Amino acid sequence: MGALPHAHPILDLPAPQRDLQHLWQAWRLRQRRRRLIFRALRKRRDLTLVADRTAGLARTAILCVLVVRNEAERLAHFLAHHRRLGVDHFLVVDNASTDATPALLRDQPDVSLWQTAASYKRSRFGLDWTNWLLLRHGHGRWCLTLDADELLVYPHWETRPLPALTRWLDDHGQDSFGALMLDLYPEGPLTAKGHRPGDDPLATLRWFDAGNYSVQVQPRMRNLWIQGGARARAFFATDPRRAPTLNKLPLVRWHWRYAYVNSTHAALPPRLNAVFDETGGERISGVLLHTKFLPSAVEKAAEEKGRRQHFANPSRYAAYYDGLLADPVLHCPASLAYTGWRQLEGLGLMSRGGWL
Amino acid sequence: MTLGFVMLTHTALDRAAQIARHWATRGCPVVIHVDLRTPRAQAEQLQADLSDLPNIRFSTRHACEWGTWGLVAATQAAASLMLAEFPQVRHVYLASGACLPLRPVEELRAYLEARPRTDFIESVTTADVGWTIGGLNAERFTLRFPFAWRKNRLLFDVYVELQRRFRIRRKLPNGLVPHLGSQWWCLTRQTLSAILDGPGRAEFDAFFRRVWIPDESYFQSLVRLFSTNIESRSLTLSKFDYQGKPHIFYDDHLQLLRRSDCFVARKIWPQANKLYDTFLAPSAGSEPRAEPNPGKIDRLFAKAVERRTAGRPGLYMQSRFPNREWETGRTAAPYSVFEGFSEVFEDFDTWLSKLAGTRVHGHLFAPDRVEYAGGASVYNGCLSDSAALRDYNPRSFLTNLVWNTRGERQCFQFGPNDAQEIAEFIAGDPNAQVSVITGAFAIPLFQSNRNFGEIRAEAAQLQKTEAEFVAILRASWVKARVRIWSLAEFIESPMEPLQTIVDEISPRSSRRLTEVPRLADLTGFGQFLQNLRNQGMKPVLMGDFPVGPDLPSTPGRRVRPYVVK
Repeated sequence: MGALPHAHPILDLPAPQRDLQHLWQAWRLRQRRRRLIFRALRKRRDLTLVADRTAGLARTAILCVLVVRNEAERLAHFLAHHRRLGVDHFLVVDNASTDATPALLRDQPDVSLWQTAASYKRSRFGLDWTNWLLLRHGHGRWCLTLDADELLVYPHWETRPLPALTRWLDDHGQDSFGALMLDLYPEGPLTAKGHRPGDDPLATLRWFDAGNYSVQVQPRMRNLWIQGGARARAFFATDPRRAPTLNKLPLVRWHWRYAYVNSTHAALPPRLNAVFDETGGERISGVLLHTKFLPSAVEKAAEEKGRRQHFANPSRYAAYYDGLLADPVLHCPASLAYTGWRQLEGLGLMSRGGWL
Repeated sequence: MTLGFVMLTHTALDRAAQIARHWATRGCPVVIHVDLRTPRAQAEQLQADLSDLPNIRFSTRHACEWGTWGLVAATQAAASLMLAEFPQVRHVYLASGACLPLRPVEELRAYLEARPRTDFIESVTTADVGWTIGGLNAERFTLRFPFAWRKNRLLFDVYVELQRRFRIRRKLPNGLVPHLGSQWWCLTRQTLSAILDGPGRAEFDAFFRRVWIPDESYFQSLVRLFSTNIESRSLTLSKFDYQGKPHIFYDDHLQLLRRSDCFVARKIWPQANKLYDTFLAPSAGSEPRAEPNPGKIDRLFAKAVERRTAGRPGLYMQSRFPNREWETGRTAAPYSVFEGFSEVFEDFDTWLSKLAGTRVHGHLFAPDRVEYAGGASVYNGCLSDSAALRDYNPRSFLTNLVWNTRGERQCFQFGPNDAQEIAEFIAGDPNAQVSVITGAFAIPLFQSNRNFGEIRAEAAQLQKTEAEFVAILRASWVKARVRIWSLAEFIESPMEPLQTIVDEISPRSSRRLTEVPRLADLTGFGQFLQNLRNQGMKPVLMGDFPVGPDLPSTPGRRVRPYVVK
């Protein structure tokens, strides 16, 4: 059997095929999915329940799953934003926070909280826990899987909450929804302006890279592989292959047999990855505003570099951490200031597809 | 005389109740049909909520699965009840629970009052319909459809195919001409009662029971038998997307719906509070209004369909990534690629950017860094000048550059020294204008102060690379606008090629070139080529240069600017 290419660049993606090799691939992916689910079942023992408020949730409830560690400064705004979008319930795993995170979450009426001190890396960067919570609570529901530094926006989000979006996706037979992670950054050095817990991070993080994204498709699961943005430009200009992946599938109508494979960049079964139109048209998609570059990013980089809990091979990312530790200026003359979803849609970073 | 509403509901019954109450309290009787599949408790709640209104009735419940006879049966039952119970009703308006009146019902009543004999129903012959899904028009009537399209798609398709293969046809009832149209109509008592009480109804019902999606054809066809005055359009504003799914209206459509001047719209999202509050407010629509005009909305929706199906050419992103077989424009806008020009002319970049009013880059694919115009280190869209980032995904680099600068033509230099991976992509791009002077790469070598052995090796390497590029450009599948000259050919008469290229870049400035850039000094170039030959290399791409000290053209050219006619 011929080896699959590493990734398909623009206009190189073959149309879907059903030959022997692809059937074999499909079978192997099925095995992989089963392993992932089994792993999630096993790793559920890592989690200690703090507060379970899932009883009585409607079948149509929209859930939000996240794994956090020391995110107190962002959580208030994160919860407010996604409540406004129409999230009914948050399922949170607190991975040994040392700040006010657990206190902040424990008493929220729409948050169920689990705690764990187990290794983030050995739970596949929290994904096993996520897959478990989704398996246990997400079946049949639309589930939003995010990090605490991501804010979902999509076409018309201010006037059409998530139930409107998910109903539209249901009507059009779409089980998953793709979003590009957009790195936002301040105008000066990261630590130049302060940020108090609960503040709107978009007040300081106003800038973004509009058009330097590399788009490819990985053949095995036919998932997108988008890289670029401010991090690729500033930290990976000599080693672009390692630049962070920016495509995500944050919103999926979950089934207990589904599994996220690699963060939320790819999922199984592979049809969940088909969030892009292959025939020239545009499907609907959103953007995750990435608020990583608050002043605390510098300090966190030092901690992460020491903990070695991020990336499969942390030593290769030393340059990235060192770049962050130097309190860089990510802003450049071509940066644009974020003004809203219409701007992002016009720039081609998201699309309303046919959702007028 | 008055107007009565027949309302088909299945979900969001609170909204249906709100609308029914709105109409009923304004003197219009309402007959409500609740889908049999809706839980009994909800249906009873709805009855209780509306029990204070004397002019509301509930009809026998039928199961209304999409595309089946149940919808017609429900409509028939409710319409019969309306005609029987409310003798003063002259027009019956078929609405759904997701409808919203956009104009006061008095205006609709006055409108119908002025057209007492008109039936408003979209009714189009099957031959003229282009919008049905599944590709079935006339066959909806001539084939049988015992399997549900949504649940048993495979059986449905196989059975249709079998009937086609064996030419099994149903016979149409006498006099029936199949018509299709929107299921939301407004008929007069005369027409409606003729359909419902006519002698042939049993035969028609038996026939339509087996027709596919009868709610789009039953009344639409029968009305042609009984009506004297058909206005073939629906009074309900209802849009469908390219998959045949009804468009839903949200709060942000408020202005759009207002400007449409239509009487009723569907479907409204049940949580669109602003729409319901605005259009059901007692003061709504006090200003005089015009004929219904869905044209503005039609244009907008046509655009949305285009965005969904055709997309924005040259954009590759999270939800658009065409595969090999669906190429619809590689890049977003035309651009120009020049090979050899900056070697032949001394100030080609500045000359071209001045003349064509565009930005002219250096070698975007140079090996060490991306040479943006003006030496910028980041370009539009925050494109980096890192060669590694560019070479990681050259196709994205180029499509991004052209996308980021839409509206401003990009020109850049290319050469055998550059990263060549992008060559095939450019050659296959109809937006690319590629102009090549072959062999010009030898000029910098000729001018350089290096050992001849080195020069010879490099010349051979560059010639090989350029020959490969030229071979790509001459392939049969090339879509770019390609022009190739050899160096000797070009410098013999540089004006004409330059004129053609500039005309193409800025077609509006139809003036003749009065000035060409300064040619590099090529005195002794022929001897240089001969030296290469003497060292065992075979310079072919440059064309025929005489070995003398002179250029093929008249001497002294480069001192004097060209002035043509």
